[in-house]
Parts: sequence; structure tokens; C-alpha cells
Amino acid sequence: MSMYSDFTIGDPIVDTAAPDGPIESRWENRRFGVKLVSPANKRKMKVIVVGTGLAGGSAAASLAELGYQVSSFCYQDSPRRAHSIAAQGGINAAKNYRNDGDSIHRLFYDTVKGGDFRSRESNVHRLAEISVAIIDQCVAQGVPFAREYGGLLDNRSFGGAQVSRTFYAKGQTGQQLLLGAYQALERQIDAGGVTMYSRHEMLDLVVVDGRARGIVARDLVSGEIRTHLADAVVIASGGYGNVFYLSTNAKGCNVTAGWRAHRKGALFANPCYTQIHPTCIPVSGDHQSKLTLMSESLRNDGRVWVPKEIGESRPPNEIPESDRDYFLERQYPAFGNLVPRDIASRAAKAVCDAKRGVGPTGLGVYLDFATSIEWLGRPAIAAKYGNLFQIYDRITGEDPYTVPMRIYPAVHYTMGGLWVDYDLQSTIPGMFVIGEANFSDHGANRLGASALMQGLADGYFVLPNTIGNYLAGARLSPVDPGADEVRATEAEVNGRIEHLLSIDGDRTVDSFHRELGHLMWDYCGMERTEEGLRKALDRIPELRREFWSSVKVPGTGAQLNQSLEKAGRVADFLELGELMCLDALHRTESCGGHFRAESQTEDGEAARDDENFSYAAAWEFTGRGEAPVLHKEDLTFTYVTPSQRSYK
Amino acid sequence: MELNLRIWRQAGAADKGRLVAYRVDDASEDMSFLELLDVLNEKLILDGDEPVAFDHDCREGICGSCAMVINGEPHGPQKATTSCQLHLRHFRDGETITIEPFRAAAFPVIKDLVVDRGAFDRIIASGGYISAPTGAAPDAHATPVPKARSDRAFTAAACIGCGACVAACPNGSASLFLGAKITHLGELPQGQPERADRVVRMVATHDAEGFGGCTNVGACSSACPKEIPLDVISQLNRDYLAATSGRGPA
Repeated sequence: MSMYSDFTIGDPIVDTAAPDGPIESRWENRRFGVKLVSPANKRKMKVIVVGTGLAGGSAAASLAELGYQVSSFCYQDSPRRAHSIAAQGGINAAKNYRNDGDSIHRLFYDTVKGGDFRSRESNVHRLAEISVAIIDQCVAQGVPFAREYGGLLDNRSFGGAQVSRTFYAKGQTGQQLLLGAYQALERQIDAGGVTMYSRHEMLDLVVVDGRARGIVARDLVSGEIRTHLADAVVIASGGYGNVFYLSTNAKGCNVTAGWRAHRKGALFANPCYTQIHPTCIPVSGDHQSKLTLMSESLRNDGRVWVPKEIGESRPPNEIPESDRDYFLERQYPAFGNLVPRDIASRAAKAVCDAKRGVGPTGLGVYLDFATSIEWLGRPAIAAKYGNLFQIYDRITGEDPYTVPMRIYPAVHYTMGGLWVDYDLQSTIPGMFVIGEANFSDHGANRLGASALMQGLADGYFVLPNTIGNYLAGARLSPVDPGADEVRATEAEVNGRIEHLLSIDGDRTVDSFHRELGHLMWDYCGMERTEEGLRKALDRIPELRREFWSSVKVPGTGAQLNQSLEKAGRVADFLELGELMCLDALHRTESCGGHFRAESQTEDGEAARDDENFSYAAAWEFTGRGEAPVLHKEDLTFTYVTPSQRSYK
Repeated sequence: MELNLRIWRQAGAADKGRLVAYRVDDASEDMSFLELLDVLNEKLILDGDEPVAFDHDCREGICGSCAMVINGEPHGPQKATTSCQLHLRHFRDGETITIEPFRAAAFPVIKDLVVDRGAFDRIIASGGYISAPTGAAPDAHATPVPKARSDRAFTAAACIGCGACVAACPNGSASLFLGAKITHLGELPQGQPERADRVVRMVATHDAEGFGGCTNVGACSSACPKEIPLDVISQLNRDYLAATSGRGPA
């Protein structure tokens, strides 16, 4: 075993702050059990929220409505640009408006099963309960969800579910939900409840007497490094899919806020749980800077196929039905094209590995709308997916109304993240983590249309209720801006920036990022093996050393310097990547998006090992390149019995 | 492909700025326009020069970050397309392409192609919302919304806040951006109670931020990557007139 893949096992996590009792009443009991902060005292308390996506934006607005003084930070030029804006397909809610058998319990069941029994039942049930209030909240804000002619809300089905519980706004659901949260946030900015710091990036967490008391942030325009103190810090900085370089994330998405907090003592849970989304536009060349998702909703009307024969050279429309293999419909007759994402991705990889892939690179499968266009008519398809077809046409120069789309899996979402308890509090008291940045609700695989649900559940409804319990009980004294902990953190941030600027080597930040991405995709991607992970664990520390000795970052720290911003983020990805590989290596079972080739059923499905791995793996940082400590949180299933997932 | 680029370089707000010529020899037709700038920047960094600063994030046409004038047109020559979704197959081998920031009095240049569009946030903060504090909402089906109105609200709400409308307008007006939000919220029953107050406050902020007035040129709508229709400005004017004449919204 390589010295870098070493770890030790620490104390298990026994207290998750979740109340006992029947699962339906746990959230109600918790809300009644929390200590309250009086309105007069809320005005004296300051909360920092890092990130303005669905979770951070909704949290900042809701906390300000409650009366807290909120400071909101985002690296973009406006809070409206956070990457939640790009979510396409929809948001789940157990409204049962379709009378098709949906319920809170069914959404709970589907989500626990979809996560391959690696999430916490208490959290998931709360999420399902809250889902209905989210839709009400968003409609009240003016979110223009799709409606039917009677004026009521429309729904559609999504992968991993057999009911239609997904609310949507064409292929721009994330945009419309985010604008709702953004507008609520701007309303609070205008009212004085929120101070907005756009074009600011959190570079470290300030911990005083063991509690999170602020952040050190860089003003990305002036380069000024400043400490912002507070009574609590909320991290809502999104996922870390960009560790793979190519992903569907925005270019700026990064792990720095979370990773800096991890280095300060916050445990990082299940880092290897990565979602590879089956329907993305394939890579076209080495210049590629990002990958574009084609919403999962397309699988409602699109049929996935490849030619039956290796070496098929006819254009898709000239291949007769008899020579096509609709492999998802064939392998999974019950769910067909609507199997969950992890399963659809692996099936696409398998046919491409068998040399039946399509397109110039052979890494692609067809997503064909011909049957639906014939059945429903082109206008109906255009009404549902018009903007997605346009995106596809823009990027590929092909018209999906007449030629089947080509799609291939790409990194899309990270289920892992900072460990939080039921109150969404990390292992650093006073630091809360919400949305994709935490690990809490999706287990080893997230179902479609559940990310928006979780982000808004955390931000609108969970955190505003639970953070008060901490603030009411913490009895915090003011932090002296000159305190040793504050100065030391600032000095560390400044030192790191100076170091990056001083190396003046011969490789660009992007070249390191690309190499790391290739390693992660090859060895910690859709299929993982012990051999591959060990290769990555040997190479990543070397690459990290090369980065710190030969990266070239031009310009100075006292200006807008996008290379410097990227350098700091890639430096953290180079540490995270190693932990992801280690987590993937230690988990010798397959579950959800984590597929270990050594652990599969006879017909190639993920084979879990519940006896040994029914736990969340929460890692403690001990130093760069040092062996981390593994803390296990056992997962128990009382309401949904773990079974081999079957979508056949 | 080989491309000649003329790019606006400006070190900061105080710098005068100028167009600088560059050449990229190894572009490919499948590259996006921003990937062309990536390739150039990698070369500049290794040559010891400062890379070109430009705003970008999602690179799929929805976040509204990217903002550049390409050959005189905001987001370039292709209709309904943001800079990040513009691909080089729409340019000729050997072509010279001029790249400038979005120019408007209300969008001061920060560096190179990066401008400050904070005025848009301040317009929204002054009334571009429906006051619906968390927890106060009735059931989503309590108020049906006729599909035609809901669809029109959606069409207006598709605005990505990029600012191309302002950059395209000879008056530097943000009327399309403003009208889009007025129309989105004004079409919905939930938006009615604040409708008159909203338009008055948002127009006042728009004017105070230094955006010019609308003279019905229509360049905004034709430059808009999301094809926000010009009639949102008619809606804006109608709502404003109704609110200020004391007749209430039409």
C-alpha cells in the first residue's frame, strides 16, 4: 500500500442531533425542541452566508426576514449568477396533484432507495415533508412554473420515479427558482437586512475558542484581504465536481470554502460519491473547457440507443429499427429510459466500451426523439424542450428535431461534502453547511430533480429553524479583530497568495487542473478499481508537488487576477482529489455512483456490502499528504429495508 | 483555423485602454468563443504577459456572466446566442475579430472586458420582487394562473441579466431589462399588490443609475440572447403611466 493511501480509524460519530420517535414526527419534535432567539436579540446577531445559489440565497433572505444581520458572499459579479441557475429539469415535491399514488412516504422511500441506502432516514424524511412547502413558497414569489390550460401546475416524471412529481419551468427550472431566491435576497439588501459582498471569495474560516466566528475573504476586484467576523458562518458554496476539470459545473465552481473549513477541523464525508450524469453533450476536442448537460427530462420523450453492430457506419436516420439496440429499454423494461442516473451512465459506458458508441470519438450514444415527434408532434416537443434543443444545436451545429442527439455521461453533482448533523451543523460549532456543499440527503446517488429540492429545503426551512438553537445557547462574546486566531488566519491567507505569485514556474494553472481532471476521470470516475485508484494516489501527490514548484501565476495580488483565483482553487482540488481516491479505495463495495469493478452482481449491477459499509465515511484532516482519520457514522434503516436496487 | 484578434485591454478604471492585436494559429471550428480566449490566455501567460480578463461562469448561456462586444455586436453575430455559446464555425479562417467590453455609462469598465453591472442588482433591489416572506405562502394551487399569462410571465422571466440590451442601445437604456421584470411580475396574480409601487421605484433607480431613456430603436431586443420581446417595454410604459396618473394598473 502506498504511503499516501494510509489512514487511521478514529472514534465513531454517535450523536447526529436527530430526535428519536416515529419518523413522521421527528422534524416537528426538533423544531419544538430547539431554543429560540427573541426578535430583539436576533437584531444583534450576525450570520455570514457564503454562496448565493438556491441554498445560500434562500438562507440569506430567510435569515434576514427573521431579523438577523446577514452578510452574503459570492465570487460572481451578482448573486443571481450562482450555478443553481443552470439546473434545467425540475424540482420534486410530494404534492400528489396527479393522484398517481405519490405521498411524502413515497418520495422518502424513492430517495432512500435511489441513494442506494447510504443516506440518513431522518434527513430524507424531513426533505420529503418540506418539499410541499417549497412549491407553495416559490409560487408565492412569482416563479413561473409550467401550467396547464386550466391554470394549475403541470408535472412530469423524472428518472428513478414512477410518479409525476416534478414541477418545472421549461428547461430553466433552476434559473426561475434561483431568481425567486435572488429577488427575495435583493429585497432584504434594500431593506438593510443583508450586506452583499459580490466578487468576494472566502479563503479561510476564522475559528476562535473552537467556534466558527468569521471568514477571511478576498475582494476579487481590489485584491484586499479582509476578515469578516460573525456569530455563525453558513457555507453554501456548492459541489466540487470541477476536481474533474471537465464537468457540467460552472467554471468558477470550487471547493475552496469547504476545503479550508475541512483543514480547520470540519469533517468531510463520502468525498468519493460523485454523480456522473448520463445525458451530456460529448467532448469534441482537447480545447474543451466544460461539458453541457442535456436535462434528464429529455429521457421522458427521448429513446437511448446505439447500433447493434460494431463498426456501423450509416448515419443514424438510415439505420433501420432492426439494427438498433435500445439498450436501456432492453435491460430495464420496468423503468426503461427513466432508470436513475448512475445506472443509465454505466449502461452507456458499457456499450461504448464494447465499441458500439457513436460520433467522431466513439464515446457517445443516441438520444432519439423521432418516436415522440411522430406521436406528439413537433410543437409539443418544442414547448417542452425548446431551449434544450437550441443549446444542443448551438454547441454541435446539429438539429435534434431531425438528427438524434449524441450524449455521453459527464460529472454533474457531488453527493459527498462537509459532514453535518441533523441541524446541518458541521463538526465545528457555529459553522453550518447547506445545499450541495454538505453530504446529508442523497446517499451514494442523487435522484433527478432532488438537488433543487434539497437546496431550497435547507435554505428556506431547515437552517433558519436550527441555527437559532446554536445562537440561543452559544453565549458568544465579541471577537477582538486583533485576536491571535484572526491575525494568524489572515497571515496564512496572505502567505499562500504570496507563495503562489512567487513560484513563477513554467506551467499554467489550467494545465495542472487538466492533468488532475484526467487522473480523476480515468481512475475515480464511472468505474473504479483498486489498481487504478492506487495509481491515482501515487500520482496526485507528485502532481501537487510539481504544482507548488512550477506553476506560473502572472500579475499581482492587488488587482483583479483571474489566474490567481484559479490557482488557489486548483491547489485545493489537488488535496481533495487525493481524499476522494482514498475514500473510493477504502470503500471496497459498490453503491450508487460509486462503482467498484471488484464488487458487482452477476449482471453487472452495483453490489453493496451492507455488513461492512453501511456507514457514512467522515474524514478528519491531519495535514497535507498526511494520513487522515476516518470517523464512521453508522446508518440504520428502520423504515426502508435495504435491498438490491432493481429497476428491471 | 487562424484568427486575428483585436482585443480591448484596459488595466483598470483609471486607465485609458486601447485595442491590442493578437493572433491565434491553432483554433478549431468546434471551439466556443470563450475557449478561443482560453487558448490565447494560456499562450499569453507562458509568454510572460497578462491574460485577458473576461467574465464567464456557466458557459452554457444561462448565468449571464459573459459579456463582450464581438465585431460591433453584443455577444457577436449569431442571434439568440451568448458569447459562451458562440462557436468558431461561424467565423472564417483568417478573419480579424474585434472584441470589446459592453460599453455604457452605467457599466464602468473594471479591467479589459470585465464591466461592473451592479446597477442591475440595484434595480431589482428597488422593487423587482414579490414580497413573500418564507413560510407565508398559501397552497400553490390556491390561485390558478391562466396559461397565456403564465407563459408570458415566463418569457419575460427568461432574462439572464447579461446587459446586452444596454450595450446595444444607442441611449444606454436598460428598458428591456426593466420591462422584462415588470412584465414577469405584473402578469401574475401574486404580483398585483405591489405592481404600481414596483414600477415607480424601479424606474427611479434605473434613471438614477445613469441608464438612458428608450426611444424605440429596438436594438435591445434584437441583441438579446434570450429574445426578450420588445413589447415588455410597452408594458413598462403602460404600467408606469397607470401608476403615475393615479388610475391604477391596466
